[in-house]
Amino acid sequence: MLSYAWLILLFPLLGFLYSALVGRLLSRRSCGIVGSLAVGLSFVVGLAVFFEMLGMPAEARSVELPLWSWIVAGRLSVPFGLLLDPLSVMMVLIVTGVGFLIHVYSIGYMHGDDGYARFFALMNLFVLAMLMLVLAGNFLLLIVGWGGVGFSSYALISFWFKKPENASAGTKAFVTNSIGDVGLLFAVFLIYLTFGRVDYMGVFSEAAGRLPFDGAMATAIVLLLLVGAAAKSAQIPLHVWLPDAMAGPTPVSALIHAATMVTAGVYLIARAHPLYLLAPTAMIVVAAIGALTALFSATIGLVQPNIKRVLAYSTMSQLGYMFLAVGVGAYAAGMFHLMTHAFFKALLFMAAGGVIHALAGEEDLRRMGGLWKAVPGMYVGFLVGALALAGFPLLSGFFSKDEIVYAAFASQRGSAVLGALALVTVLLTGFYIFRAFFLAFHGASRVEPEVAHHMHRPGGAMTLPVAILTGLSIFGGYIQFIGGPGAIDRWLEPVFDRYAHPVPLVAGAETLQEPLMVVSVALGLVGIVGAFLMYVVFPGAAETVGGWYPGLYRLLLNKYYVDELYSLLFVRTGRWVGELLSGPADGFLTEGIVRGAARVVQGGALWLRRLQTGFVRDYALAVLAGATLVVFYLLQVGGIR
Amino acid sequence: MIAPTSHYLILSAVLFSIGVVGVLVRKNPLVIFMSIEMMLNAANLAFVTYSYSLGKVGGQVLAFFVMTMAAAEVVVGLAIISSIFRIRASIDVDDVSSLKG
Amino acid sequence: MIETAYFASLATLAVLFAIGVIVSRNTVHSALFMVAVLFCVAMLYLSLAAEFLAVVQITVYAGAIMVLFLFIITMLTPTKEEGPNRLVNRLPWAVLLATAFLVGVSLMIVHGGTGRPPVGAVDGAGGLPALGGELFTRYLLPFELTSLLLVVAMVAALVLGKRRV
Repeated sequence: MLSYAWLILLFPLLGFLYSALVGRLLSRRSCGIVGSLAVGLSFVVGLAVFFEMLGMPAEARSVELPLWSWIVAGRLSVPFGLLLDPLSVMMVLIVTGVGFLIHVYSIGYMHGDDGYARFFALMNLFVLAMLMLVLAGNFLLLIVGWGGVGFSSYALISFWFKKPENASAGTKAFVTNSIGDVGLLFAVFLIYLTFGRVDYMGVFSEAAGRLPFDGAMATAIVLLLLVGAAAKSAQIPLHVWLPDAMAGPTPVSALIHAATMVTAGVYLIARAHPLYLLAPTAMIVVAAIGALTALFSATIGLVQPNIKRVLAYSTMSQLGYMFLAVGVGAYAAGMFHLMTHAFFKALLFMAAGGVIHALAGEEDLRRMGGLWKAVPGMYVGFLVGALALAGFPLLSGFFSKDEIVYAAFASQRGSAVLGALALVTVLLTGFYIFRAFFLAFHGASRVEPEVAHHMHRPGGAMTLPVAILTGLSIFGGYIQFIGGPGAIDRWLEPVFDRYAHPVPLVAGAETLQEPLMVVSVALGLVGIVGAFLMYVVFPGAAETVGGWYPGLYRLLLNKYYVDELYSLLFVRTGRWVGELLSGPADGFLTEGIVRGAARVVQGGALWLRRLQTGFVRDYALAVLAGATLVVFYLLQVGGIR
Repeated sequence: MIAPTSHYLILSAVLFSIGVVGVLVRKNPLVIFMSIEMMLNAANLAFVTYSYSLGKVGGQVLAFFVMTMAAAEVVVGLAIISSIFRIRASIDVDDVSSLKG
Repeated sequence: MIETAYFASLATLAVLFAIGVIVSRNTVHSALFMVAVLFCVAMLYLSLAAEFLAVVQITVYAGAIMVLFLFIITMLTPTKEEGPNRLVNRLPWAVLLATAFLVGVSLMIVHGGTGRPPVGAVDGAGGLPALGGELFTRYLLPFELTSLLLVVAMVAALVLGKRRV
């Protein structure tokens, strides 16, 4: 049973091959259709797996599916094997479901672009790598998928590479991710050292036995995993690549940098939870980083003029929430938010993309305004997405975000400080997203006349997915209530209860649940109203307030100067070392050592040359000298003297 | 034998050394050549001495061959010397130093 | 008694004549001193029961080779003084090294030795029968090759001596 699951990987692979090799020569338009179809078929297979799994008893829902024998070296035997369990299946459905919608959207968005075929090839490649990542049954296959998504992300960010900024953005993403890759790699090394194997089921079942609780090895492993996860999910301090990644086409931002790839970090931590549960100190670090990133990026999002950047910082912030959740042991809550975030963030990006498309590439909020009449479909979509993000009651984001805030306060591994940070961020979230909303769609139009003249509504390929995601953003939260509250928790229970005890709640914490819900809703609404006041009722208020705190405003606008700091610390240092090595060091090595050796030999030769006097009698003298030496040597040997 | 073996041998060594000094010190190629012949003679003396001392005739045989070869060598050597120094109009062995380098 | 005097005087004369060879400014004098040395050595061969060799020495070495030398000496400005010795600074080195060599070899001779008393003459007839026997049996090939060598030497001398026309 479930042995057909490998088809999930096959379809994107075929799609990639088609678009990369055949489609670009045959019919470029077909690439879009084939690409979307591939992801759609994977989604169908994923559904089949899901329903089959529902029919199985809960304990049996972890199925290992080795496809072939991949690495056999000494004692290490690593199959190319998949692990089908509720967690991986959930990820598959999210990736392929949302991915399918975004592929269809891209057919409209990328229409007419020169690299149309290349785009769909890379998108399929990405989906393939992402699916490998989530379906992997061992850490090595995970790394393969991990690297694959890193590459696809790079290729898609710098899709319009003819502009140098786009290429640098891609490079920045790749380099930052590489740092994470190193962390992940070392973590897997340590895992192999400790366990002698790298397959999930083997490692996790032996974890409690081999790793002392809160010990150095466990903490080291999970902290290194965190480095990888933080790089992939753009958490502090490896977050610097995500805003720049908005240089890529909007569907890329929607799929990779909102719904799927950036969630790989959360997935990794959730997957490795038996290891994390053995290192409570590290878990605190995870939660703290999540909460801090959430707040940090929300503050930056308050002042950004580029609509996609606002959404990028928003993604960073929401990922911080997910990290917070898995950091306090609320794995189901984290996964739930991962899912709802995928819905409404993809929706927000696609709506923004519709606006950008209509405005022929304009992304600056200062040159938008009053667009609600021009692109009503996008307007509604963005509004719904914004409300879901802000946690408006009964929308999907409300349920998932609330669970996280509650867990921050209530979990034994949580703390009030973390909860407070989360709540403040709720306020900021409402504000920044509705700032963007009002600036883009309401008020007087600040659109350039040229652009306004050519405005047109997006086509059906773009509008339909937006509509579907709108529906999911509204109703997706109710998935948690199928068959009673906590459906997702129940679904994921076989995964998270299997190898380790779940983190219990503090006694008496249930009483906090309702008050917290009220507080966070209130805070969200305050944020929304605040944005309404500042950007609709009193236009120009923003500039005034900005004038009161110019230093703070600049600090936020420049993202706390983190990029500049890194440039100083690392880029300058690197250049300095490079110049040192290529200049003096290289001079010393080549001039000094290599050439010096040559010169010594030459000098020696010139000196020895003086023996060749040309006079025969001198040569005879030399022969005599040699003969005398031989005589004395023989005397020595003979024992005389 | 009218004197101990070692006396003959030491005489041979002395003659050899004198020949060596002659080769190294004189400039006239003919005198140098003569000194070489003296060295050969000294060697011959040593061979014959050993032949007598060991009672084997091999030493004398070798001395015989050496003499024959010395003759051939002198013939060729003098032919070379005369052809070189006839052209150069000097008899100074230091003048043939074009291999200096 | 007489044997010691015989050897001692011959040895002394040989050394003195040898020094004369290398010291004479006049090349003809050097050649004549050389003949004298060869003669002394021949006499010593007589004392070593190598009569045949003594005679061959006088006939071939002194009689033919030195005569050839004299021919060439007279042909190439025979009595001219040598020019200034440009390498006069080599003299101390040469003497030093030659002395060292001599000392070394002498030490070897004195401390060496075969460990047996000299056996004496190979046979009563100056070793000639034995010498001939060896030459025509064991050393036949070298013997024949030597004759070839002499032919080659003659041809070489003829070729080298030709004036280019």
